[in-house]
Amino acid sequence: MSNRYYSSLTKKYIMALMGLFLFTFLVVHLSINLLLVFDPTRVLFNEAAHFMGTNPFIQIFQWVLFAGFAIHIFYGVVLQIQNWIARGKGYKRKALSEESIFSKYMIYTGIVIFIFLVIHLGNFFVLKMQGRVPEFEHTANAGMEDMGLLVVNLFKNGGYVIFYVILLLIMGFHLDHAFQSAFQSIGWNHRKYTPFIKGLGHFLAIVLTAGFIIIPVIIYYR
Amino acid sequence: MDLKLKIWRQASRDAKGKFVDYEVHNISSDASFLEMMDLLNEDLVEKGEEPVAFDHDCREGICGMCSLFINGRPHGPDSAITTCQLHMRKFKDGETIVIEPWRAKPFPVIKDLIVDRSAFDELIQAGGYISVSTGGVPDANAIPVSREKAELAMDAAACIGCGACVAACKNASAMLFVSAKVSQFALLPQGKIEAKERVQKMVAKMDDLGFGNCTNTYACEAECPKEISVTNIARMNREFFVAKIS
Ligand code: HEM
Ligand code: SF4
Ligand code: FES
Repeated sequence: MSNRYYSSLTKKYIMALMGLFLFTFLVVHLSINLLLVFDPTRVLFNEAAHFMGTNPFIQIFQWVLFAGFAIHIFYGVVLQIQNWIARGKGYKRKALSEESIFSKYMIYTGIVIFIFLVIHLGNFFVLKMQGRVPEFEHTANAGMEDMGLLVVNLFKNGGYVIFYVILLLIMGFHLDHAFQSAFQSIGWNHRKYTPFIKGLGHFLAIVLTAGFIIIPVIIYYR
Repeated sequence: MDLKLKIWRQASRDAKGKFVDYEVHNISSDASFLEMMDLLNEDLVEKGEEPVAFDHDCREGICGMCSLFINGRPHGPDSAITTCQLHMRKFKDGETIVIEPWRAKPFPVIKDLIVDRSAFDELIQAGGYISVSTGGVPDANAIPVSREKAELAMDAAACIGCGACVAACKNASAMLFVSAKVSQFALLPQGKIEAKERVQKMVAKMDDLGFGNCTNTYACEAECPKEISVTNIARMNREFFVAKIS
């Protein structure tokens, strides 16, 4: 936990870069998931899932992604603990300084994302690893798993839909602060471009959150 | 104005402190906050009690000595001013004002509302200086500096080292202070000589002293009496990266 190996700034650099990397993952993930909405026959989604599940490059990349999460979470927790220690005895009067709201709750929204991640992997990834996904009956492409059916079955359960929607909203709060913060952390603050980065951050947070949310909602009501 | 005060009292560095309630009466709304504190202290001395210890010096917003966390904000409820520039008209008659010292591990309380800010001196010693050759005085205009750079350096150099940024930050981070110092030098030709070592040494010192890490919350900028911009923090992050990889 000491700063002997990596300074505070180096840790922030690593965290920010991993965070931005996770953003690209979310964009890809959402694009694939939306296929389920646009194609109720599940053919496109299942083909995409099949590709992601079998392509050797993606298989390797999957571990890079896990490492990205692990590093981001590890430094997030380490930095946060240092930050709590740095205050020492706190104030009696609640601090009233003007500040970015979501930045105050990054560790909490982060922990929620982590819990969500575990449950989410349990819902889909683990079943797939255990080979417990039913076979897709639709295409000629024999042996393809029906990942889409798994998703549809899950989201026919209203409780799960509500759970996903709430957790996705909390993820949105994390993302909203995260994007522009990462650019500031890697030293990219510029009179001309920073307003654009901030705008893009809000845009991405809203689009990613709304995008992921409409999937369970649409499936539930379909 | 009549006011109720809730003030942190702590006899010494190691003593266990507590909040004590006071009342002050007939305070002019034109009085400064520190004048109000003076009146309270005169009252206490008259009653034979120990006056409240607080830091101050110039009382005109330039030295950075005054501090105080007033009603949840460093330097009180006004923006871009120091506590010595705060006026009582910013408060309501009969209001309760909570007055606390800066709270940060590297700023231990010495007495009552006074904290030890020598951690900032250590940071300056770690790198906040430039090399100057001995000999004749060089012509100040001999080194060309672009107007934009000069302005940015002057803005950064406006930091008075008060520590409000640390006090306001939810992580007790000193990034705004350190980045102001790094920037004021890094922007000018005279500061380039030690630029790479400076940023690394100051960041290492900042970590060692136990200040927190930046989460880009920007409470520092909102509370800084000299309106130091967080763009300085980005500049420091940039300087640090370049220094590390080269
Ligand atoms: C979808 C996944 C995630 C994405 C895209 C993401 C993205 C980001 C980004 C870009 C930042 C800003 C980094 C910086 O300013 O240096 C950040 C900050 C943070 N993240 Fe995440 N994150 C994700 C998941 C998590 C998880 C699972 C945790 C678990 C604890 C977490 C904890 C944190 C914390 C504590 C911060 C604030 C730390 C700081 O600013 O120093 N994040 N996140
Ligand atoms: S950056 Fe602002 S708040 Fe921080 S020490 Fe300097 S003047 Fe005070
Ligand atoms: S006493 Fe000098 S700045 Fe307030």
